[in-house]
Amino acid sequence: MTESYIEISEFSYNAGETEILKSISLSINKGEHLAVIGPNGAGKTTLLKCIMGFFKGEKGSIKINNVPITGFRNKDLAKLISYVPQADGRFLPFTVEEFVLMGRYPHLSPFTAISAKDRDKVTESIELTGISHLKKRLMSTLSGGECQTAFIAAAIAQEAGILLLDEPVAFLDPKHSVNIQKMLSRINMQLGKTLITVTHDINSAILNSDRIAALKLGEIKFVVKAEKAAHNSLLEKIYDTSFIFADHPITGKTFIAPEVIK
Amino acid sequence: MNKKVVLLLISICTVCIIAVSPMIGMDTIPFSAFFNPIDDNVKSIILWEIRLPRVIMAFIAGAALSLSGMTFQALFRNPLATPFTLGVSSGAAFGAALYVKLGLFFSFLSIPGQPVFAFIGALVSVFIVYSLTRFKKSFSTATLLLAGVAVSFFFSSLILVIQYLSDFTHSFRIIRWLMGGVEIVGFESVYNILPFVTAGIAIIFFLNNELNLLTFGEDIAFSRGVNVQRVKILLYFAASLMVGSVVATCGPIGFVGMMCPHICRLFIGQDHRYLASASLLFGGGFLVMCDAVSRTVIAPAEIPVGIITALLGGPFFLWLLINGKSEQSIMNSG
Repeated sequence: MTESYIEISEFSYNAGETEILKSISLSINKGEHLAVIGPNGAGKTTLLKCIMGFFKGEKGSIKINNVPITGFRNKDLAKLISYVPQADGRFLPFTVEEFVLMGRYPHLSPFTAISAKDRDKVTESIELTGISHLKKRLMSTLSGGECQTAFIAAAIAQEAGILLLDEPVAFLDPKHSVNIQKMLSRINMQLGKTLITVTHDINSAILNSDRIAALKLGEIKFVVKAEKAAHNSLLEKIYDTSFIFADHPITGKTFIAPEVIK
Repeated sequence: MNKKVVLLLISICTVCIIAVSPMIGMDTIPFSAFFNPIDDNVKSIILWEIRLPRVIMAFIAGAALSLSGMTFQALFRNPLATPFTLGVSSGAAFGAALYVKLGLFFSFLSIPGQPVFAFIGALVSVFIVYSLTRFKKSFSTATLLLAGVAVSFFFSSLILVIQYLSDFTHSFRIIRWLMGGVEIVGFESVYNILPFVTAGIAIIFFLNNELNLLTFGEDIAFSRGVNVQRVKILLYFAASLMVGSVVATCGPIGFVGMMCPHICRLFIGQDHRYLASASLLFGGGFLVMCDAVSRTVIAPAEIPVGIITALLGGPFFLWLLINGKSEQSIMNSG
């Protein structure tokens, strides 16, 4: 039994009067890939932003290595957690290289120049994510998949052990979606990073992650091993719709589709 | 083109403008007046007491307004956020006018009172606009501009009240000052605003990387380790400090703060490590040039420089509003 790395206990978050997260308790192990699923408005993105400390909760605590995240200086927290937002076209005229270099921010001191180590780390991250050919391109000229990859590269350059990903494959075509997922698995396995991925793609969650946590209306409904999530009794509860199941001919894992009644 | 080359070109142009413009005006001053003050006493006095202070003041004012415009645009993630459109200039103008009207002549630890009043006015209007946009949670360009216009009108009306209550000569002075201008005599005004502007510039240059990250959104900046709240407060403070001190001396000179950063973006891109220097130099050089124009076109009379910048800036502003594509490419609105 590995020791829990991120420990969320009875954590609540309100936006104004509305309670977005209600007494969430969840522990995540080091090197684990956790997928967070749930219907729109369940509070998935909010949960990510709370884990990274951007939103401060009302009650409860979030700890990393037994230290509450509120106890870290911003830069120290950024050395532990990096965040990959949804690629939503808010990209400014920076080249990919410049953008990835900005991922080095927590390691920079305002008084010293960018070191060779920083440059190396940037090149390494760009190569690892396979976007060397895009290095000099402007972020604003990239496709959705390329943009998402650049964001992941920046998060790797940040050298944090935990990656929080907000729907990394939403809006991507099947090829790019599969590529990104493969890359994330590699980051998880080879670099030993802990991943928390918010996703609507239940099949890819089952296929790629270790465990699945389901969120609905700000509450955790279940946390199960990924392959155990393919059960109507569980999914129906979350999405208020029925699902059908089949075995994947190659992986052997169960995959699902919403049941459609004509 | 390489960003460093562009920056070098802008520097060279600025230096040339600064070197040439003290010579231009109602009286053309030869270069020799710099070196032989005794030969031609009158020209030398014009040069040292009137032209040079004025050129330096124009440079400082232009640089400060341009840099604060750049900062507001990054903070609000909006191409139309400027000292003028956010009502910051009006707030500062009100503060300064109030100081004049109250007949105050105080200085605190040798800091002159008028820039302090203007600074407070600037801070108040930034605070009002910022709280409004915060309150609305998701704010559009329209909300931001409407809030800015509302604040601007509010303070303009208060200035009118002050004017109405003042006597004729006083009122005329306020009107002339509201048109914006850099006509000063001697270096005293320059010394007065220099500490404020230097402090503001220092803060903004120190926070170049943070500005870059903030343009990608607060969540991303935070996730990279930026202390978002502290950085934002520092930047608002720095920008207001600069706008406040400039407006206190030169009046609300419009459009420099909007046009110059945008023009620089077109040439040098969004990277604030270069953009800040470019905006500073270009803004300064631009206002020096406008001022040279303002004292030559209808010489011996002068057009207030604020009118020149507004004449150039009005059409530019409209172009920016109409040309939606440029708004997207210059800066994505949050």
